[in-house]
Amino acid sequence: MPEKKTVTLNMGPQHPSTHGVLRVLVELDGERVVKATPVIGYLHTGIEKTMESKLYHKALPCTDRMDYLAPMSNNLGYCLAVEKLMDVEVPEKVQWARVCLAELTRIKSHLVWLGTHSIDLGAMSMLLYTFRERESIIDVYEACGGQRMMTSYIRIGGLAHDLPVDFDKKVRRVIKQVNNGLVDYENLLTNNEIFINRTRNVAVISAEDAIAWSLSGPMLRGSGVKHDLRKANPYSGYENFDFEIALGKNGDAYDRYLLRLKEIRQSLRIINQALEGMPEGPYRAHVPGVVLPPKEDVLYKMESMIFHFKIITEGFKAPVGSVYQAIESPKGELGFLITGDGSNKPRRVRVRPPSFINLASLPRLVEGGMFADVVCAIGSIDIVLGEVDR
Amino acid sequence: MEEQLRGFIKARFGEAMVREEEFRGEQSFHIKPEALIEICQAFLDDNDLQVRFLSDITAVDWLGHERADEGRFEVIYNLYSLTHAYRFFVKVHLPADHPRIASLCDLWPGADWMEREVYDLFGIEFEGHPCLEKILTPDDLVGHPLRKDFPLTYEQPQFTWNKDQPPEVVR
Repeated sequence: MPEKKTVTLNMGPQHPSTHGVLRVLVELDGERVVKATPVIGYLHTGIEKTMESKLYHKALPCTDRMDYLAPMSNNLGYCLAVEKLMDVEVPEKVQWARVCLAELTRIKSHLVWLGTHSIDLGAMSMLLYTFRERESIIDVYEACGGQRMMTSYIRIGGLAHDLPVDFDKKVRRVIKQVNNGLVDYENLLTNNEIFINRTRNVAVISAEDAIAWSLSGPMLRGSGVKHDLRKANPYSGYENFDFEIALGKNGDAYDRYLLRLKEIRQSLRIINQALEGMPEGPYRAHVPGVVLPPKEDVLYKMESMIFHFKIITEGFKAPVGSVYQAIESPKGELGFLITGDGSNKPRRVRVRPPSFINLASLPRLVEGGMFADVVCAIGSIDIVLGEVDR
Repeated sequence: MEEQLRGFIKARFGEAMVREEEFRGEQSFHIKPEALIEICQAFLDDNDLQVRFLSDITAVDWLGHERADEGRFEVIYNLYSLTHAYRFFVKVHLPADHPRIASLCDLWPGADWMEREVYDLFGIEFEGHPCLEKILTPDDLVGHPLRKDFPLTYEQPQFTWNKDQPPEVVR
């Protein structure tokens, strides 16, 4: 009997189905995957090191550049962590606006995921539809922060500016558009036989394994583990909102697709509530010496100008100790561990990147399966290489 | 949950505990490095605490700070109980000279990449790790970038106009 031979195939790093610069070394026995080794680090830019060399306020724009599909979630996580470290309470209006923006970000990220994942599986037209709805969310971003992608709109202690006057109108238009879009997506994919054949019982992970592999977000909930940080450890006033945790059952790629669509619906529910109950008030906390005073005060008030100057030039001194703040980002548990050391720069900024830790389970998902399913597995994890490599 | 956890650790690992810390409502237990595996195994086996989720592993370099007296490197294990929705931290201190600690890969397969990242960026060795290799930085990079004595530099990119000059490193 001849010796069994395997072939090693190099997938990526320049391959559209790997969603960036991910390289996977796949060892194949015929069409079966014997071993898969993800190789990462092509996009490593040392963001954590960079943030450690900057003042707390000035490290904020680095966060947008990690998960560039969900910038507001990253801003929110970092700001909440610094606010926890400095013991800053933000006004209620800020909390509600942040929740509204974070949920818009979740929809935006899921839409990009849906478009690219479907393209991987051959449904070419989906990307055009999802980007149509995504565009209206980017319009809201642009109205808020002046930027379409790297917003840096959520700042330490509040927001960069007050919400734009037509915020309500713009967001309502998003809700309407996404609601219409969801009908299209479901018609195109949910009962599509090709899509079901490509995703059902593919990249399966059980609940026990998902916990052992430290998975979070849709990867964990898709296996039926009811865990959502917005419910378990509410932050930024999520306890005031009424929504359900979407759950999967089988832990396969199809369940994760259904789950993400459900999450979009729940996000729309939260955004609706946030718009209905948006309180009045200041858009930034009043904590002299830590939070930047509002720009209009800086121009006309002496004290505000002095504080502005001091914060920009020498920053504020943080106490010695570590805080950890985790938020439920579109991809999973996004955590910021910030260690202060008594100086004006953080000693350590650790980002717990959900994509990185979810991607670690890729060999477990694909080994023993067919080679064509590797693409589906990578897609269903929902990775952003900017966040994986940082 | 907090009381229960403290009682659990004190009763079974009282000797291994160095100190307890509470900061901004977050509980940390500083323990001796050699007791790590035993404590984590006990968490996994205990059915009341339900600490099954290893959220993250990271490290802090305290070089040049008074906290470095305990040991230059502080390795932080971020543990979470899904049933109780409770998060706490187990911290160990390691010396500057050849820092090493036991790997948790046997208990949690998810610890694999987290430990590789700490090894790559801090140079902390995890004993018993199945494949302790660099993960983020290029293979030819010497040193561990997140150590505080690793300089924050940038290198002049090489273009046609300066290709004959030696690369200049700006510190």
